[in-house]
Amino acid sequence: MRDEVTTAGILSVNDLHAWYAESKALHGISFEVREGELLTLIGRNGAGKTTTLRSIMGIVRKRTGSVRFRNEELIDKRIYQIARKGLAYCPEERAIFSSLSVKENLTLPPVLQKGGMADDELLKAFPNLQRRASSQGTKLSGGEQQMLAIARILRTGSRFLLLDEPSEGLAPVVVKEIAELIRKLKRQGFTIILVEQNLRFARSVADRHVIVENGRVVDILTSDALSQDMARVQSYLGV
Amino acid sequence: MFDAISPQLLFGQLLIGLINGSFYAMLSMGLAIIFGLMNVVNFAHGAQYMLGAFTAWLLLNYLGVPYWGALVLAPVIVAAVGMAMERAVLRPLQHLDHLYGLLATYAVALIVEGLIRQRYGATGMPYPSPINGGVNLGFMFLPWYRFYVVIFSIVICLGTWLLIEHTRLGAYLRAANEKPDIVESFGVNVPRMITLTYGFGVGLAALSGVLAAPIYQVSPSMGTSLMITVFAVVVIGGIGSISGAIMTGYVLGLVEALTKVFYPAGAGMVVFVVMIIVLLMKPNGMFSSPERL
Amino acid sequence: MAVRLLLGLALLAAALVAPYFVYSVTLMVILSFVVFACSFNLLLGYTGLLCFGHAMFFGGAAYITGYMLKSMSMPLELALLGGTLSAALLGFFVGLVAVRKSGIQFAMITFAIAQFIYFILLQAPFTGGEDGMQSIPRPALLGFIDVSSSTTYYYVVLAITVAAVLAFYRIVHSPFGEILRAIRDNDARVESLGFKPERFKLLALTLSAGMAGLAGGMKATIFQFATLTDVSFPISSEVILMTLLGGLGTLAGPMVGAGFIIVLNEHLAQFGEWALIAQGAILLLVIMFLRRGIIGEINALIRNRRVKKADRG
Repeated sequence: MRDEVTTAGILSVNDLHAWYAESKALHGISFEVREGELLTLIGRNGAGKTTTLRSIMGIVRKRTGSVRFRNEELIDKRIYQIARKGLAYCPEERAIFSSLSVKENLTLPPVLQKGGMADDELLKAFPNLQRRASSQGTKLSGGEQQMLAIARILRTGSRFLLLDEPSEGLAPVVVKEIAELIRKLKRQGFTIILVEQNLRFARSVADRHVIVENGRVVDILTSDALSQDMARVQSYLGV
Repeated sequence: MFDAISPQLLFGQLLIGLINGSFYAMLSMGLAIIFGLMNVVNFAHGAQYMLGAFTAWLLLNYLGVPYWGALVLAPVIVAAVGMAMERAVLRPLQHLDHLYGLLATYAVALIVEGLIRQRYGATGMPYPSPINGGVNLGFMFLPWYRFYVVIFSIVICLGTWLLIEHTRLGAYLRAANEKPDIVESFGVNVPRMITLTYGFGVGLAALSGVLAAPIYQVSPSMGTSLMITVFAVVVIGGIGSISGAIMTGYVLGLVEALTKVFYPAGAGMVVFVVMIIVLLMKPNGMFSSPERL
Repeated sequence: MAVRLLLGLALLAAALVAPYFVYSVTLMVILSFVVFACSFNLLLGYTGLLCFGHAMFFGGAAYITGYMLKSMSMPLELALLGGTLSAALLGFFVGLVAVRKSGIQFAMITFAIAQFIYFILLQAPFTGGEDGMQSIPRPALLGFIDVSSSTTYYYVVLAITVAAVLAFYRIVHSPFGEILRAIRDNDARVESLGFKPERFKLLALTLSAGMAGLAGGMKATIFQFATLTDVSFPISSEVILMTLLGGLGTLAGPMVGAGFIIVLNEHLAQFGEWALIAQGAILLLVIMFLRRGIIGEINALIRNRRVKKADRG
C-alpha cells in the first residue's frame, strides 16, 4: 500500500541531485518528512543514503534541486547556516575528535536554539559518559562513542536530527540501548531521519521508510506496508 | 678543543642561540597552527615577519609611534592584510590540491618582498632598541632587551599552547583540525574560524618581526634567510605538532649556538644535517602523530 | 596527431633559422630552460611530486660540468654527461630520503635539502664561492667540431634539447609513464594493484634530476661560468612558474613557459625588482585562474570544440 503525502512536511526534498567530485551519486531524490515523524532511508551499501543526508546538511557541496526546511530553501546555503536553521547531523563514522576529551567532545556544539540540553542535564542523561568525562574521546568503546555522538548534538537544541547508521558495528545489547534512546527522542517530539541497513532496527522505531537504490527513491512505505511486503523490500537491500 | 673557550664566548653564544631559538619557536608555531587547520604551508610567513618589522619602522618614522605601540599595532595591521589575502586567495583554493595553496602563499611573498625591496632598497635600516643597557653577570653581559625578548617569546609560546590545549576556543581549533565539516555541522562558522586562525598565525609572525627589529636590521630579505631555517625546524619537529614546533625551535637554536662555539664552520649547516638525520630515523618528524599527514 | 607532428616540424624549422633573428645566447638559455622545465614537468605534471628545490640538480651539475671542463680538461661531451650523471645520483639520494612522503612533506624536504646543497657549494673551494666558477672552457665537440662561436654552439644545444625532449616524450608515453600518471592521480590505487609507488617515484626523481643536470651542464657551457644563483631558490621557483604557466602534464607546456619567462626576464631586467614582482604576480594569476597553463587551456578548448562537433554531427 503506497503512502500518499497529504500534509505538508517540515522538510521537503525535491529532485535532489548530488556529485562527489566528478561522479554523480544522487539522481533526483524526492521525499517529505512531517513534524515529529521518524523516517528511515533504507537501501544497500552505496545506494546514496548517506549522500542524501550529507546533501541535506550541505556537506556534499555539488548539489542541485530543492531542500526546503520550514519553507526556507537550503540548497544554496553553507553547512553552518543549515545547522543554525535547526538541523543536526550525526555522521556514520561518529566523528569523535581524538584530540578532545569526552567532556570537550560532548560540550563542543554551541547552543543554537532554546531548549538545548544543558551540560549537567546531558551528563546526567548519559551517566556512562560522565564517568569517562576526562578520557580521550576516541578511547571509548564503539557503543559509548555512538552515545556520545548522539548526545552532543542534543546540546544544540535543534529538533530535527539526521542520524547515519547509529547501530552499525555494535553488539545487539548496545543496539537495544540506542533504539531506546531514539524512541525516547521521538517521544520528546524530535523529528528524525534515520539511515539504516538493519531492517529490524528500522522497523522497530520508524513511521515510514524511504527505499533508496542507485541514487533514486524507489518506494516509500509505512511500517505496516513494509511488514506486508518484506520480500520485495529485502531484495532492495540485497539480502 | 675545550680549553680555549672562555665563559664569555660560551654564554654569549648561548644567549644568541636562545634568541634565535625564540624566533624559530614562534615562527614554526605560527606555521604549525596554520598548517594544522588549513593544510597549507604558509610560504608567506617570512614576508609577514618582515612586514611586521617594516610596519614598526614605518610607524616610528612616519607617525612617531614608539616601539610599545608598534608591538600592538603592527601585528594587528599585518594580520588584517593577511586575513584579506586568505579570503581573496586561499579560500577559493581550499578544495584543490593543497600544493596550490602553498604556491599561492609563495607567490604573494614574492610580490610583497619585491615591492618592499623596490621601494626601500635591499640594505637594512636600523631600529632603535626600546630598552638599553644590561647587567654584567660576571660570566657574561646580558643586554636587557635580549633578555626581555627571550622571556616575552616564552610567554607567547606558553600562552598560545595553553590557549589551544586547554580552552574551549582551542577545542574548536583542535576539532576543526581533524574534521572541519563536522564542526561546521554543529553550526560553527568554520570559514570565519579559518580566516581568524590564519590572521592569528600571521599576527604571530608580525609580532616576531617587531621583536626582531631592534636586534637585526629591518631589511626586505630578513624573512627569507630566517624562514629557510624555520622550514628545516618544522620538518624536524613535524609540522602537525605545536608543542613540537616550540621545543624544536628552542633546542635547535641552542644546538646552532653550541656548534658555533665548538665547530664554527659547521654552524650554518648543522640544522640541515640534523634534519637529514631525523628524516632517516623518524620519517614524520620527531613529534608528529602519524594520522596528521 | 598529424596536426601535432606538423606543428612540431614547423617549430623545428623555426628553431633552425632562429639565430638569424634572435640573439643566439638568449635562444640557448631558453633551450636549456626548456630541458629544465621538462624535467620538472616529469616530476610534478606526470608523477605529482612538487620538488621545491630543483635548482640543486641544475646548479650542482653546472658546477660539476664546469669543474670537469676547467680543472680536469675533459672533453665537452663527457663533461656534459658527467654533469647529468652526478645530478641523477644526487636525485637518487634525495629520493631515498624523501620519496616515501606526501606531497607537502616532499616539497618541504626537497626545499630544505636544496638549501643544504647551496650551503655546501657556498663553502666548497672548487666552486669559487660568491664569485662563481669563471672562464669555463668550451673545447671542440667530439675533438674536432669547433663550437667556440655562439651560433655554432646553438645548433649543438638545439640538437641536445631535441634529443632530451624526444626522450621525455618516450618516457611519458611508455608503460612507465602511464604508471607515473596513475601514481599522480591515485597513489593508493597503484599500490593495491601490486606496484610499489615509491620505486617508481624514485626512478622518476632520478631521471628528472638527471635531465635537470643536463640542462645545468648546458647552461654552464653556454655562459662559460657557473654561479651560486644557479643553485639558488629563485631558480627553483622560476622553473615552477615556467611549468605551471606553460601547462602541467603537457608536452609543449615547458617550452612555452620557458620561452615566455626568459623573454620577460630580459625585458624587465632593467627595472630592478619588477622582474621578481612580475613573476610573483604571474604565478598567482596562473594558480588562481589558469591552472591548466597556456597549453592546457588550449588543449581544453580543442577538446570542447571536438565534443561540440561530435554532438552536432
